[in-house]
Amino acid sequence: MDLEICWHGRGGQGVVTANEILAETAIREGKYVKAFPEFGPERMGAPIRAFTRISDNPIRIHSQVYEPDIVVVLDGTLIGKVDITGGLKKGGIILVNTHDSPEEIKSALKTGEKCYTIDATKISIEELGRPMANTAILGALVKVAPIVAYPKLEDAVTAKFTGKLSEKMIVKNLSALKRAYEEVH
Amino acid sequence: MADLAINGDSAIALAWKQIDPDVCAAYPITPQTIIVERFSDYVADGEVNTNFVCVESEHSALTLCTASSSAGARTFTATASQGLAYMWEMLPITSAMRTPVVMAVANRALSGPININNDHSDAMAARDCGWVMIFAENVQEAYDNAVMAPRIAEHHDVQLPIMTNIDGFILTHAVERMTPLDSKDVKSFVGDFKPLYPLLDWKNPVTHGVMDGPEYYYKHKYQMVEAMENAIKVTEKVFKDFKKISGREYRLVEEYMCDDAEFVAVVLGSSYGTMKAVVDELRAEGKKVGAIMPRLYRPWPDKHMTAALKGKKAVAVLDKHAPIGAYGALYADVCTSLIDMKDAPAAYNYIYGLGGKDATAKDFRTIFEDMLAGKAAKYTFMGVDE
Repeated sequence: MDLEICWHGRGGQGVVTANEILAETAIREGKYVKAFPEFGPERMGAPIRAFTRISDNPIRIHSQVYEPDIVVVLDGTLIGKVDITGGLKKGGIILVNTHDSPEEIKSALKTGEKCYTIDATKISIEELGRPMANTAILGALVKVAPIVAYPKLEDAVTAKFTGKLSEKMIVKNLSALKRAYEEVH
Repeated sequence: MADLAINGDSAIALAWKQIDPDVCAAYPITPQTIIVERFSDYVADGEVNTNFVCVESEHSALTLCTASSSAGARTFTATASQGLAYMWEMLPITSAMRTPVVMAVANRALSGPININNDHSDAMAARDCGWVMIFAENVQEAYDNAVMAPRIAEHHDVQLPIMTNIDGFILTHAVERMTPLDSKDVKSFVGDFKPLYPLLDWKNPVTHGVMDGPEYYYKHKYQMVEAMENAIKVTEKVFKDFKKISGREYRLVEEYMCDDAEFVAVVLGSSYGTMKAVVDELRAEGKKVGAIMPRLYRPWPDKHMTAALKGKKAVAVLDKHAPIGAYGALYADVCTSLIDMKDAPAAYNYIYGLGGKDATAKDFRTIFEDMLAGKAAKYTFMGVDE
């Protein structure tokens, strides 16, 4: 497997953390990974990108991802403002955090590729009590593209937040993860 | 130990934790910050016995490190870019005092214009200060170099400080899969620091850092030159010993698909990985190409580089820094290794990747295509639209 992901989000939304959790999960499955953000002066609210490479073999290419298999958009308001579909491989997948339907996103992006949507912000407000959609979107991602096994993802989320969040908050993050996994369409 | 998902900075901090140096003094600067943050966590959590000193600047950091190493303590620090520039006054003093300080450098462009991203302008500006310098291709190598560094620096035939360089952000902030060593293996591999003339050996009092007249200054410089030359053999030995505990084999000059190659590219750092992928791509098309990385950059592994380039038609040397008004430093070094060679390959200098400009496989491919088509120039500043 050689897979490349491009993430879009805004500073402060936890794109980097989501990327790192995915990386951790893939490595737990014995895969090789390179996961990194686009580097600049990080500012809250400013558009940012991050990249993931996952492979069964050691990864040698250290450049950014230009032709992703999957694009994940953590903030639907970026659509129309940044280039989402550029370089997306034929047969690729776009996953957007929005309350819009996949059809609406498809037409907004003017793309023929497969679009999925999940209202991960709503889920995170309901489950965590705050609009932190990064954990939830991971659940949706693994459902629409079975990159890693879902239980392994749960393990990685727990490991990432252990010592940083309370046990209660970790359980809530896992609920958000599960709900997005089930509700994505 | 199980494989980890870890970024380059944290991997270095982990190596330092396993080594447990006596003293660490550092001032945080992006993209090195995570190293000292993580390491200060280990200190605060009592996982190491290191005396961690918060200093007010990089100049103070290296001054303190030089003094503490003189005193007989194994001493580590880390910096990047302007931080390294701010240390500059101390860099040749640390080496002249023969204090084997270990410093991680998260390579970042020197200002100005102000820029936080990766290139090698910081390391290259410091290359002639009497420090041993090694480079890493990926997070695994960042960790491995950190483990090996004290063995090279502290060897009594060397006794010089060492910089372990990693590409800022590209490695410092990228999560990759890494196989750590057992802490007890690291401990026994690195061993104890045995300083030759520690200041704190009060039974055998010595003076450090005194003034030299012309005669002694000259001799001391010659001793440094000799010590630096010794670092070639010592580093080879350390690489050999490291293979025994890790299974990972390193060479002073790394070669990829070079045996029958006609056209080769020489690069430093993470670009070596990308270049290897490009070599595979072109090999599949029947092109005889290869890639080379001088893992050890100072001392310059002259003979090894000459051997690697013998019989090639052409070599492209990629410099991730731009000396304004001269060729790239790596190019100049490679040319010194070609000078005595009969039928030496043509040598071309490519400036690339400055201030974080992404170094892509596509760009690297054009370098080989230039050479294959006989269109390469002596000097190319890549990716500028005129």
